[in-house]
Amino acid sequence: MFEAVAFYLFAFLTIAMFYITVTTSQALYALTALAAGMIFISAFFFILGADFLGAIQIVVYSGAVMALYSFGMMFFDTTREVKERQGNSAVVLGLSIISAILVVVIFATPIISDNITALYPVTEGAGNTQEVGMVLFTKYLVPFELAAVMLLVAMVAGIVLAGKKMDLSLTLMKEHEIRMMREEDKNKKVLS
Amino acid sequence: MMEIGLNHYLVLSTILFSIGLVGVMRRKNLLMLFFATEILLNSVNISFAAISHYYGDLTGQMFAFFVIAIAASEVAVGLGLLIVWHKKHNNIDLDNMSTMRG
Repeated sequence: MFEAVAFYLFAFLTIAMFYITVTTSQALYALTALAAGMIFISAFFFILGADFLGAIQIVVYSGAVMALYSFGMMFFDTTREVKERQGNSAVVLGLSIISAILVVVIFATPIISDNITALYPVTEGAGNTQEVGMVLFTKYLVPFELAAVMLLVAMVAGIVLAGKKMDLSLTLMKEHEIRMMREEDKNKKVLS
Repeated sequence: MMEIGLNHYLVLSTILFSIGLVGVMRRKNLLMLFFATEILLNSVNISFAAISHYYGDLTGQMFAFFVIAIAASEVAVGLGLLIVWHKKHNNIDLDNMSTMRG
């Protein structure tokens, strides 16, 4: 009973939030709606008994990813309205319905054939975090390490790409120094 | 109706996935495109966790973890590239990125 009520409530909330994210023309509304949707999705993980996954969802998505997006949005002009692509909306709608049906078929095919057996069954008397640890550090150890290296590479790439000229601070520089820097930039653009 | 089964979660995941697909197809701003991509990844995560729960198997949750890790690194690299593009061209619209069309 409670499970059903929680499921329908959070399903409605998640769909509403993501619909706002997709349709709004304000970038800040989209960002906040996306963050709320992520939190509501973690509720599904808690209902399903995947406590560790739910905690990770909150920490990574509404913590790290949202902070990254909001820092990134400081670089962009977010106050102006987002322009939409002028396209045939019927084609877009039809295409997305077709692809959604395809996805359902892809996901449902292995379920309909009843050959699935649990490879890593849930251990009795252990919490979800403990079970995740046991499977993650035995069978999935190599992908885990690879994911760690991939995150390191992504961090280095992010710093290198976004961190150019970040050692200069416009507030600490004198007026003529800033003007000289601007002119140098302009000359570089003309040359390139 | 009151008993929540695996199909309920799969239908919800499909609805969220199609919302994300609509977003990917109709958005022109690249930052909005990234948001739609996050929606796609999250909808897949829901179905992974649901299948993991209803079959008593932890593999689904493992894949959900790796999907989250990939999403985080994608955001880091993508936003870095987006900032570089914005510094150079002063906008992040998709239509201006057609220099390689030939």
